[in-house]
Amino acid sequence: MNFAVLQFPASNCDQDAVHAVRLLGHSACYVWHKENSLGDADAVIVPGGFSYGDYLRCGAIARFSPVMQAVKQFADNGGLVLGVCNGFQVLTEAGLLPGALIRNRDLQFHCEHIFLKTTTNDSPFTNKIPAGKILRVPIAHGEGCYFADDETLAKLKANNQILWQYCDASGNLTDTANPNGAVQNIAGICNERRNVAGLMPHPERASEPALGSDDGKWIFESIFAALETKTAAKAA
Amino acid sequence: MKAKIVITPKKAVLDPQGKTVQNALEQMGYQGVTGVHIGKYIEIDLAPGADKAAAQQALNDAARKFLSNPVIEDYKLEIE
Repeated sequence: MNFAVLQFPASNCDQDAVHAVRLLGHSACYVWHKENSLGDADAVIVPGGFSYGDYLRCGAIARFSPVMQAVKQFADNGGLVLGVCNGFQVLTEAGLLPGALIRNRDLQFHCEHIFLKTTTNDSPFTNKIPAGKILRVPIAHGEGCYFADDETLAKLKANNQILWQYCDASGNLTDTANPNGAVQNIAGICNERRNVAGLMPHPERASEPALGSDDGKWIFESIFAALETKTAAKAA
Repeated sequence: MKAKIVITPKKAVLDPQGKTVQNALEQMGYQGVTGVHIGKYIEIDLAPGADKAAAQQALNDAARKFLSNPVIEDYKLEIE
């Protein structure tokens, strides 16, 4: 499978994302933000960083990059798109995911490992995560507090769109386990069609034991499996 | 001509900056402060003689699509 990893000015997790995908046995290439095409990509990763210096709002300027038109089209055609950290912010700003990411409630930049509970396995981003497995992955953000109004939240729940929530080591969704004040401990969601997802934590920074945790690989393995199923269905 | 756009967080959205500044004001002894909301101020210079109604329409559009995020922010536009 081939992954397109976008590069905006001041993206800084692009190389980590490419490394993780290659390490796990698939191919990945960089796509510069001025490009109008994603080439023959099977999936897209919008990586973390501080695109355009986070000017105005995080992700607000990146969403107008030419490549984002291609990403929108790719998503409209059912392609899989994963936004990590700043990538999640870009996808909400672009309207590909509902809600918004605002300043952490304690105004601090949080750079630490947290625990994630997978709320549903019913998505291309979570299907391979072992049942009951609590993922230990890092976060590194100042504006990762997920916000959505009550109506949007009700929809997210009704459609089973909440994919990951911050929890303690035993999987309890406590307030102290919530690093940024996100509503209902939400760390990541998907769209209604389930082909676009975003999360604040960094699975690509936890995809091999040398990094202290390889729990993040389950998210990539889920995407690989979903793509393989799709390819098999096409061939049949 | 100048356009002035004030962007503020929606009341339902957590505003930790505003809250922190409110607490600091209280600690400094300023009394009767019941809320602080911190937003952004954007000043846009327009060509002299620009059509005010057209500018108003264009900037409202820009404010909704780009300068503010309607999910979390409100804005006010003034052209003078």
